[in-house]
Amino acid sequence: MFGDFDINFVIFGVMPYVALTVFLFGSIARYERDPFTWKSSSSQLLRRKQLIWGSILFHVGILTVFFGHLVGLFTPVWVLDALGIPYGLKQWMAVLIGGPAGVAALIGGTMLLHRRLFDPRIRATSSFADILIMVLIWLQLAIGLLTITQSLQHMDGAEMVRFMTWSQSVVTWNINAWVTVVDVHWLFKLHIFLGLIITMLFPFTRLVHIWSGFAAPVRYLLTRPGYQIVRSRRHRPLEERRRAFDKRQAKPGPSATTPAE
Amino acid sequence: MKVRAQIGKVLNLDKCIGCHTCSVTCKNVWTTREGVEYAWFNNVETKPGTGYPTDWENQKRWNGGWVRSASGKLHPKQGAKWRILANIFANPSMPEIDDYYEPFDFDYDHLKSAPDMDHFPTARPRSKITGERMEKIEKGPNWEEILGGEFSKRSQDYNFEDVQKEIYGEYENTFMMYLPRLCEHCLNPTCSASCPSGAIYKREEDGIVLIDQEKCRGWRMCVSGCPYKKVYYNWESGKSEKCTFCYPRIESGQPTVCSETCVGRIRYLGVILYDADKIEAAASSERETDLYGAQLDVFLDPNDPEVIAAARRDGVPEDWIEAAKVSPIWKMAMDWKVAFPLHPEYRTLPMVWYIPPLSPIQNAAEAGQIAMSDQMPDVRSLRIPVKYLANMLTAGDEEPIVHALERMSAMRLYMRALTVDGVRDEGIAARVGMSGRMIEDMYKIMAIADYEDRFAIPTAHREQNEEGADIRGGCGFTDGNGCSTGETGKTSLFGGKKKSFALPLESF
Repeated sequence: MFGDFDINFVIFGVMPYVALTVFLFGSIARYERDPFTWKSSSSQLLRRKQLIWGSILFHVGILTVFFGHLVGLFTPVWVLDALGIPYGLKQWMAVLIGGPAGVAALIGGTMLLHRRLFDPRIRATSSFADILIMVLIWLQLAIGLLTITQSLQHMDGAEMVRFMTWSQSVVTWNINAWVTVVDVHWLFKLHIFLGLIITMLFPFTRLVHIWSGFAAPVRYLLTRPGYQIVRSRRHRPLEERRRAFDKRQAKPGPSATTPAE
Repeated sequence: MKVRAQIGKVLNLDKCIGCHTCSVTCKNVWTTREGVEYAWFNNVETKPGTGYPTDWENQKRWNGGWVRSASGKLHPKQGAKWRILANIFANPSMPEIDDYYEPFDFDYDHLKSAPDMDHFPTARPRSKITGERMEKIEKGPNWEEILGGEFSKRSQDYNFEDVQKEIYGEYENTFMMYLPRLCEHCLNPTCSASCPSGAIYKREEDGIVLIDQEKCRGWRMCVSGCPYKKVYYNWESGKSEKCTFCYPRIESGQPTVCSETCVGRIRYLGVILYDADKIEAAASSERETDLYGAQLDVFLDPNDPEVIAAARRDGVPEDWIEAAKVSPIWKMAMDWKVAFPLHPEYRTLPMVWYIPPLSPIQNAAEAGQIAMSDQMPDVRSLRIPVKYLANMLTAGDEEPIVHALERMSAMRLYMRALTVDGVRDEGIAARVGMSGRMIEDMYKIMAIADYEDRFAIPTAHREQNEEGADIRGGCGFTDGNGCSTGETGKTSLFGGKKKSFALPLESF
């Protein structure tokens, strides 16, 4: 039965679904039942040194890389064809944008990791998960940058299209998705594998703050009018309470309007 | 008009003896946990001094509070919304823990566990963050106590602006006062305005500003936003914490812990009715010296029938309206005009106010020949410069401070005449625009300060706002992750510390 068993099937065919399920349901479970643990775990208070530059380089770099992967991998191939973008051009763009961003993230990540491991205050207040996830992300960045050496050897974009096909097949429930990446260079495979591991660890580490990082600008800029927030424990909003009061009084309320109104 | 009520607070600095009982009782109740050892929701500073955290009043350095743009709009000094979001990866205005102090404890255990030695064992300081030995303590929560440290450092005090400060470095001319500080529970708080998560809010019913620990994500913009530096980042939980105004006590009609335990009886709590529609305009006043007056205009007279009617309509409970009528805060801030907001120029409209201290007559050479003006001691020749107090309490406007100090010294003269000579000298009262009856009431509340006169706190009306059945079986007041039941072993699946729920046991 397991005569033609292939580890590639497990990693590239099954694991993505496991990882995404753990990622999604883990996040929901944590948000629902342990909201107090949902945080960015900033250590800026304890040590400013190396954080300002490290954190900005790391975050700007890794966000660029993240969105590059998202757009690059999940844009359907037919869209490229329809727009007339040559695959080679797209690959050049990926190398030229993703490369410097990856280097920035790696430099920032190195500063943050160094600080986390060797600053006595940060080390003493780090959890195992804090250190583990930083090491994994650092490795992932390094491996990702190393894959550029492979990419540069075939700039026709054909290999890149295989990764696009794989990603898009996974999210479209194509059970044979794994076949497309079976014979790519091991660096690419390791990069994907580590990415899936990080996705699975996501809900159990400080990485959950990424959700909030995307939600905060939307809430702060778009859904929150003005600056201030007032919470009331009363059941009904003010206007409704006023109307009810006026009704009880059977006469209009005091005509008290201020110039500010 | 939108009527809301707030439990306001006044601290009578004239009577503060700097005993730190408020700070210690507050700490014992609220911040003895890991991660907030360095945090003092209430602290007492000796002024002049740079305070805790260092130089907190200097907003050129820390960027707290609001600024008014040329168009008359307000935005936080650390930046408008988009600017705050841009700093989310690293907050350039946030103090480091060393700006407060590195928390430490002494190695007391060594005193009893040390082996037989030639020298007497000592208890060395150890960091509460790393546990390592600290060779030299550089700072503490009250580093400048009783004018500790060199004048060159203490005189960096922001309130010395426009004061010829050199002479106050001389032993004969020096002065000092105490400044107890806590969260101001502002009408226009910058901490909540700066929070990208929307975790900080003001309560409609009693005006208390709180941080929702389950919504806080640790973006730490509130820490830099608050000009009083009264929001503290808990490095263990990764959340911000601040003075809660002891809301569980306030809700049941009790004073806050700091007020309850105040030895000098300097703290007052009472209801202030205010018009929420006027807040924005008041905070946006063009001139900084207008902010104090603008805030007075936000407050509503609880004896005005129109205000009472509007308050009822907006849902202010009847006993809160009654409490507002006897509020010591209203008397001191509005009737007598002796209390002032701390640094109104930050435009947060703070709700913890201060009565400036009287001090001895400045000129030692003229001892016995007190500087008098119009048969009253000249408050401008008091040892604490009026300008210094004005920089602290009225954005530099000396007139209201002089007025208040004159009333306070008139109270002393009047009461001296009454108790020593047995004369009710209405002339003294009239010179400061008061009546003898008013001064006697002022004396009763400010000098005698009985418990019932200091605190007029109506209870919260939870019965009107909550369904008892809904909160049955709830987890009640918890500190942090207490509501979570996802506990296995030492920590929860998601890294939160396990907090066991222990019923209090009787022990004899």
